[in-house]
Amino acid sequence: MKRLIPLLLALTLAAPALAVMPDERLADPALEARAREISKELRCLVCQNQSIDDSNAPLARDLRVLVRERLTAGDSNEEALDYIHARYGDFVLLRPPVKPETWALWFGPAVVLVLAGAGSAFYLHRRRREVETTAAAPLTADEERRLEAMMAGGDDENNRGHAGNTGDTARL
Amino acid sequence: MPRLILFVPFALFLVLVGYFAVGLTRDPSELPSALIDQPVPQFELPPVQENGQGLATADLKGGVQLVNVFASWCAPCRIEHPLLMRLAKEEGVTIHGIAYKDKPQDSQRFLAQLGNPYQRIGADLDGRIGIEWGVYGVPETYIVDAEGRIRYRHVGPLMPFDLDEKILPLIRELQK
Repeated sequence: MKRLIPLLLALTLAAPALAVMPDERLADPALEARAREISKELRCLVCQNQSIDDSNAPLARDLRVLVRERLTAGDSNEEALDYIHARYGDFVLLRPPVKPETWALWFGPAVVLVLAGAGSAFYLHRRRREVETTAAAPLTADEERRLEAMMAGGDDENNRGHAGNTGDTARL
Repeated sequence: MPRLILFVPFALFLVLVGYFAVGLTRDPSELPSALIDQPVPQFELPPVQENGQGLATADLKGGVQLVNVFASWCAPCRIEHPLLMRLAKEEGVTIHGIAYKDKPQDSQRFLAQLGNPYQRIGADLDGRIGIEWGVYGVPETYIVDAEGRIRYRHVGPLMPFDLDEKILPLIRELQK
């Protein structure tokens, strides 16, 4: 326990490494918060799987500064985002817009899920019906005789024959 | 129940394979420009050389021109440089330069060493005009038509086959 506490403290208190440098931050905390929000929506074009908020690339820094400038100049979040979007295209948005080219991306998983669900439902339904119909049917006279033979024990030869040919009634 | 329905998942699988196969052949670093067929951005850049001319939006009208974004600190720019020289000298293509985040004296040294294919060069000291053009790395090369619209963007160093297969044919076509 004594060792666990510092470990837990270290884990919970460790701040995520930020790419945003102190000199980039805006004095106004509300504006700065909005800038951070926008930065998280924008993909760094140099290291393509990071947002500009996470990235140390010089271009990411330039874009962060640009976003802050636009906000300071009175842009809304939307306007600042659009400004960058207009120059770098859809690729710069970490949340791609919904349009025909991105339909597969947006709706593909849901479609696959629905198809899989429908498939499973169909399969399960059919199986249950099969089980019900077979369970409901009474044994035929032949099956009745086989069952009796099995319950009685039967001789070795017969048992061996059944093991290999359970469906073969002619051997009985 | 028709047995064919059993092949639906397999068919879907094939469609997905096709979709991803096409996706994998594409170069993820080659992004389409958001500015294709748009007028060039509004900008005005100071010259790199003391007695040279800077570059501004107004300079990019009246003929098909190439705009090459380069920097002396960029190794691929050195690789493509001989091709730019060839384009300017042998093919008579007008090339303008944007020196991206480069000190003017460094750009000057670069051009003194390797030759100057550019008619005008603008010094984009803080990279802000690069952002206006949607530049995300150097070198990048744009083809601007006579009306001052961006018609093509090439990311990365130009290679000989780029010139022969894309750049020169498109310039010739736009010049008609």
